[in-house]
Amino acid sequence: MLSYLFLALLLLILAGFALGQRKALAVGATGDVRMHSLADYHGWYVAALVGIPSFVLVLLWLLFQGPVIDWLLIGTLPKDRVEGLGKGQLDLLISQIKSVAAGNIFSESDEFVLSAAERYSRWNTIADWALFALAITIALAGIALAQQRISARFRARNTVEKVMSGLMIACSLIAILTTFGIVASLLYESLRFFDKVSIVDFLTGLNWEPQIAIREDQVTAGGAFGAIPVFAGTLLIALVAMAVATPIGLFAAIYLTEYASAKFRAVIKPLLEILAGIPTVVYGFFAVLTVSPAIRNFAQAMGFDIAPNSALVAGGVMGIMLIPFISSLSDDAIAAVPQAMRDGSYALGATKGETTTKVLLPAALPGIMGGILLAVSRAIGETMIVVMAAGIIASLTFNPFEPVTTVTVQIMTLLIGDTEFDNPKTLAAFALGLLLFLATLLVNVIALRIVQKYREQYE
Amino acid sequence: MSDGIAQSPGVPARESCWGSDAAKRRVRRRYGADRRLQIYGLGSIGLAVALLGILFSSLIFSGYVAFVTTKVGLKIYLDPNIIDQADPGAANYRKMTRSAFFAYFPEVTSPKERRQLAKLLSRGAQYVVRDYVVAHPEEIGNLVEIKVPLSDPFDQLYKGVIPAEIDALSGDRIELFNVLKRGGVLHVENDKAFAKADIYINQADVPEGDVEAADYQRMVNEAFRAFYMRARTLAYEEILSDQAAAAVKARVLADPGLVGKTIQINLPLSEHYDNLARTGEAKVLNPRFSSKKDLEWFDSLKKRGLLSTPFTWELFVNADSRFPELAGLSGALTGSFLALLVCFLLSFPIGIATALYLEEFASKNRWTDLIEVNINNLAAVPSVVFGLLGLAVFLNAFGLPRSAPLVGGIVLSLMTLPTIIVATRAALKAVPPSIREGGYGVGASKHQVMLHHVLPLAMPGILTGTIIGLARALGETAPLLLIGMNAFIPSIENMGLLQPAMALPTQIFSWADSPERGFVSRTSAAILILLAFLIIMNAIAVFLRHRVERKW
Repeated sequence: MLSYLFLALLLLILAGFALGQRKALAVGATGDVRMHSLADYHGWYVAALVGIPSFVLVLLWLLFQGPVIDWLLIGTLPKDRVEGLGKGQLDLLISQIKSVAAGNIFSESDEFVLSAAERYSRWNTIADWALFALAITIALAGIALAQQRISARFRARNTVEKVMSGLMIACSLIAILTTFGIVASLLYESLRFFDKVSIVDFLTGLNWEPQIAIREDQVTAGGAFGAIPVFAGTLLIALVAMAVATPIGLFAAIYLTEYASAKFRAVIKPLLEILAGIPTVVYGFFAVLTVSPAIRNFAQAMGFDIAPNSALVAGGVMGIMLIPFISSLSDDAIAAVPQAMRDGSYALGATKGETTTKVLLPAALPGIMGGILLAVSRAIGETMIVVMAAGIIASLTFNPFEPVTTVTVQIMTLLIGDTEFDNPKTLAAFALGLLLFLATLLVNVIALRIVQKYREQYE
Repeated sequence: MSDGIAQSPGVPARESCWGSDAAKRRVRRRYGADRRLQIYGLGSIGLAVALLGILFSSLIFSGYVAFVTTKVGLKIYLDPNIIDQADPGAANYRKMTRSAFFAYFPEVTSPKERRQLAKLLSRGAQYVVRDYVVAHPEEIGNLVEIKVPLSDPFDQLYKGVIPAEIDALSGDRIELFNVLKRGGVLHVENDKAFAKADIYINQADVPEGDVEAADYQRMVNEAFRAFYMRARTLAYEEILSDQAAAAVKARVLADPGLVGKTIQINLPLSEHYDNLARTGEAKVLNPRFSSKKDLEWFDSLKKRGLLSTPFTWELFVNADSRFPELAGLSGALTGSFLALLVCFLLSFPIGIATALYLEEFASKNRWTDLIEVNINNLAAVPSVVFGLLGLAVFLNAFGLPRSAPLVGGIVLSLMTLPTIIVATRAALKAVPPSIREGGYGVGASKHQVMLHHVLPLAMPGILTGTIIGLARALGETAPLLLIGMNAFIPSIENMGLLQPAMALPTQIFSWADSPERGFVSRTSAAILILLAFLIIMNAIAVFLRHRVERKW
């Protein structure tokens, strides 16, 4: 139904364009006055008047059709059946009605469910047809209206350009809308979470056991939502990752900027960039398939046991992924140091190494720090590697040989397969998401500040 | 400044001659430091490249076997009495397939054995036959040869991924065993291995002189504690056969006077350690196979040349399956394609419009600054947060269907937008002002200059950025998992923008989680295919950048 509607609208837009163009040509051929705008612009004008209102209508309609029909449906359900139901149970009932309406027969459905399902599908059909009729009418009205306005004096080009500017502004607002959507949704769900679990407990608690009670009177009914072990695990893994990535990336950058020949650089740089282009799910599988057994075997040969999902494995593999980040950002920072500083150092008789460590690195330090911070923000936000290679049980430890969990792992495990939004378990994921968002934002802002400040020094 | 170089009293004058040994040493040290820095740099690069190599080679090594499947050729008579011409899919293909397979083993007749024998075949073998018949209805009535896959363990065995027998004892157990061996405790006699032990028949363990009821196991354990140094976690008792205590008992019963004395006795070893002592290895049947008989049947098939390993077209043609030998990627590829299509259709026009507005039309003010900050910020937001956004806004607030490629595409497009916007702005900036001025010079409006001249010239650069952005979107996993795009899709017939779907990276994730051994190589193969797509996309981007983009 919907695809036919879109197809019909598309055809109407094309028709509108053709009609407008043709009419403009006809007017231009007969009239004594020269047309203000080219015929194409008249065509575009008609097309815009056909397309934009009808598409806006369709989008708004689709947005509200579901909720409105649900609301109407709840209104018609027998009072004695609905009263006393919690929101979750009501949702369950509604989804049961919907799946009956979709033809998935439940083993035993009450009479009122069947009749509600029948009503539901009837209303949906009515709504679909109403939308179809309304959208087509609006589109046709658009054609008629626009056709009328076509004349030699009509400034079609200016109007079309205004519409285009409007569309461009609307598009650029999407970035703001996205950020707003992220902040609003995270904040909204987090506030609901903090209604159930105190924010102080969340931020300072040492115990993370997000369970939902199966029975009302269960002891662990509330679960424990102290996020400190989760943060600690995130930091530990990020620390391991940076311990791997920073020296390798930095030394690689030094060699590439100061020692390597142009040819060597041209081969090695893209090779290192490949590391950054590999999807993280691949790194996760690599960690499980190769790195974890290798490290375990090595540890066993050395005479001690480490967990297969230790922080060392996840952090180490994440470090590999971050090498090109550090190396290319440090590379940029070192290369941006003015040549005069190098020349001055060489003129004093310093070796290349001395120039690098004593002149270039201090001068490039803010840029390098910025790069490292950006990598840190990557490391705390990284998801798939830790989901596959790190633990899911939160333990407060700073031993990299033990499994720890991270914020992103918790978000994924709490939310995969769960869509009920009324228990603290799923809402906790949003609270963690909010903290993750704020933390990465903060680190990024600091990093960008440092980088910008440093740039100003030499410009 | 002459003070600066004046010698302080008491400090010997520094050798000022550049040729002196001390000066040479200093120079050598300084250049040594220089060389060390170079070596660290080269070492780091070498390490990074080596890690990249290990990553690829381990994937290839583990994945290449998934590109072939072990199949057995079955001669099946497509009986027109069983198969209905009008509805060929409805016949009992399970029975047909099995009886064709049993024909290779006429000696196996009991139902129990036949059930076990049937486990050699993939449980999806019948569907392979069914699909063949449905595709070739003209063959009904003929005797056809159809190759059907073996079940996962035998597939892996034939390809040499897993062995038929594995070591019965773990490495640390063998190590413990070697401690005993080095201690000269073990010896082989009459094709049987024994441990020589000095056992102290402790009076305390013989309650009231009753040698019948004495705790001989304890005495044996005490005697062996000397050897087990670091074996606290290992069951060192398991080295000895459970007959060991009985042997001691027999000896003491024969001569009760031994109580309180130390006896020297040969204790029998348990089965695996006995094998290890005699032959140097202890093997057991790989637990993936239920009995030795399975392997005999398998060997017989192999010897008769009935097995072959053709290329696994199923990997591309089939959708997901619970049986690794039948699982394919077509569902995941379709899902990824649909999601990327939505992503492209949204992010490409929106990205270009945004970039065009910010770069060419907007005046610098607080609004545009805010937009720019937002775009830069979005590029750094962790992908899982976009998943949360999709879950809370698109699924919960807007009520869009779960697991649908439409939602996946929308979320991916939000993540791709910053990349496209940045690339477009760079490409627009690269178009020289002379083009614009030429346009204005002949009286074009600003929109006309942009749309007719600047944008077409910037298009290769924009496409490069778009392809790179889409390549990144293709590998994105976390947001798709959060909106449920990891549905189990056994058939691609009903796939659409609003139907549940699977994407390539989420398929990799769910296969990587599956316990069957065959999914390990399937996962690696899926990763190789994903990487191949990424390499192709990036190669196109590089080609565009070097060949099509104009340098002004």
